[in-house]
Amino acid sequence: MSNKLTALRDWVDDRFPLMTLWNDHLAKYYAPKNFNFWYYFGALSLVVFVIQILTGIWLVMNYKPDATLAFGSVEYIMRDVDWGWLIRYMHSTGASMFFVVIYLHMMRALLYGSYKQPRELVWILGMCLYLALMAEAFMGYLLPWGQMSFWGAQVIISLFGAIPVIGGTLAEWIRGDYVVSDITLNRFFSLHVIALPFAIAGLVFLHIIALHEVGSNNPDGVDIKKKKDADGKPLDGIPFHPYYTVKDLVGLTVFLMIFSAVVFFGPEMGGYFLEANNFIPANPMSTPQHIAPVWYFTPYYSILRANTINFLWIDAKVWGVVFMGLGVLSFFFLPWLDRSPVKSIRYRGVLYKGALSIFVVCFLILGYLGLLPPTEGRTLVAQICTVTYFLFFLLMPIYTKLDKTKPVPERVTM
Amino acid sequence: MRTLLATIFLAAFTQFAVASESGLKLMNAKVDLHDKASLQRGAKMFVNYCVSCHSAQYMRYNRVAADLGIPEDVMKANLMFTTDKIGEPMIVAMRPEDGESWFGVTPPDLSVVARSRGADWLYSYLNGFYVDATRASGVNNLYFPGAAMPHVLWELQGLKRAVFATETTHDGATHQVFERFETARPGALNEFEYQRATRDLVNFMVYVGEPAKLVRYALGIKVIGFLCIFFIAAYLLKREYWKDVH
Repeated sequence: MSNKLTALRDWVDDRFPLMTLWNDHLAKYYAPKNFNFWYYFGALSLVVFVIQILTGIWLVMNYKPDATLAFGSVEYIMRDVDWGWLIRYMHSTGASMFFVVIYLHMMRALLYGSYKQPRELVWILGMCLYLALMAEAFMGYLLPWGQMSFWGAQVIISLFGAIPVIGGTLAEWIRGDYVVSDITLNRFFSLHVIALPFAIAGLVFLHIIALHEVGSNNPDGVDIKKKKDADGKPLDGIPFHPYYTVKDLVGLTVFLMIFSAVVFFGPEMGGYFLEANNFIPANPMSTPQHIAPVWYFTPYYSILRANTINFLWIDAKVWGVVFMGLGVLSFFFLPWLDRSPVKSIRYRGVLYKGALSIFVVCFLILGYLGLLPPTEGRTLVAQICTVTYFLFFLLMPIYTKLDKTKPVPERVTM
Repeated sequence: MRTLLATIFLAAFTQFAVASESGLKLMNAKVDLHDKASLQRGAKMFVNYCVSCHSAQYMRYNRVAADLGIPEDVMKANLMFTTDKIGEPMIVAMRPEDGESWFGVTPPDLSVVARSRGADWLYSYLNGFYVDATRASGVNNLYFPGAAMPHVLWELQGLKRAVFATETTHDGATHQVFERFETARPGALNEFEYQRATRDLVNFMVYVGEPAKLVRYALGIKVIGFLCIFFIAAYLLKREYWKDVH
């Protein structure tokens, strides 16, 4: 039997680079041996992506992208489709958990300088993935056709209307109508289930190919390729398979426990994953008192609302949109803004540690404020946090250069 | 590194600790989906008092019968007034236009109302009616002022008067603050019995909002139990492989 399998493998290998791919990306891909907690989230985001694709396929079998039927078809899935509730909750929980793992994955890059030379392209492709994921989540959120789906989309699309000259036409072009309607629902459905998943899959492929070309960073920020043994293997490297496949399996199990706890015991997560108002069918005639986006967008929503001053004859709303966009785009420039000679936070000085801590706290405060209706005091806090948010990026070339770094060891530490 | 993590968690925690809602405090519905008898009584109330105006169009009668352990013939004979087909959803006999002309609004579908409003809100609402001669229905609601719905359960609860106190805020404006209810006319049930009856009804609404709730907790325990065992296996496998990594 095993002889026949080997023969089959060889037959394929003569016609397709099967063993080469296996070795290059798994069995002979040498990863640093000192990966810690923060290094689980890359593999986990891939797992969540697969969960979303699989549950999505089954949801589409029963979902109806029609403004008069969409809300009812979701309830049909929740009640009449066998295991439909489980598939739906896995998908809705998966959406939020995708952002949880992606934010932690990005945090890892900020902690250990994973975006720095030679991994700039890995970082940029990752940021493209982040953008694609945001679009995917935004469009997916319209599909249940509840009040929050409808009004969230209405508010966000109308932001494009703030752009001078072309704004109105652009917003209309996105919606395909004067307001969010059945037409919008249909095109968002198409983009959500075909175009964006396709783009994300392609970007994931490029992200991983680019990473495997330059090799993985590690919590010490040491280049393991500098110290090799006689066979040319990095001394501090271990083959991804089996070492990290078995290690990631442990991390995956813990992740699935948390994931299941949400799916089975609190899929609404107190209204943060599934909003109560979204159980009211979309009604274009009745605007909810308080429209809040889902938690993963709220930091940027706060930045948008923090812009309350008309400046240079330009409306405050336009500045809001501009800064919201810049808030996301700033991350793209990190590899060139960071002038520190070391990668890992372990060997950086107090300046970067302080700046990163303040940035993370500001990001969390902005996220929290974005969930709440604005008051004068909250807007002021949001403005302070917004300024600090951008100073983290703008001043980075200065403080990373001034920062007092510690000597980086020759080899990784365990 | 440690301090950074601690800062993040602390910030997250304090942020969420202050997140509480203001306004009138809701009553605690204390629903219990394990209480089948309560769910059955709630179903009986729902079909007797609610379905004449409100639908639960995503809920089927046979599903209710199966989930609550009601024999189908009993269901058909005693609990189905708008249809005689057991597989039909709980639709309403009244035409939507009639509802609008009678009450000013079409009575909303109640399939997922427990998910949009919450059990405590529903329970408070059902216990919040009081006599108000200025309203067309003759009653107002403490938790939903200006509600279009008449007090359908008044025969059970009787009618209550609300006593308000006038309060002056520091800027000199006066406003009415709810103090207590007084009985204007006793109903068929005493206060305790009425609260139990409305709790049963809300319990049933929570079930109707998400029938899967009856099974998902039990399944969740099994799934997480399996993952715990799998974790031990995965961890031992990892430890075995990593023995030679120093």
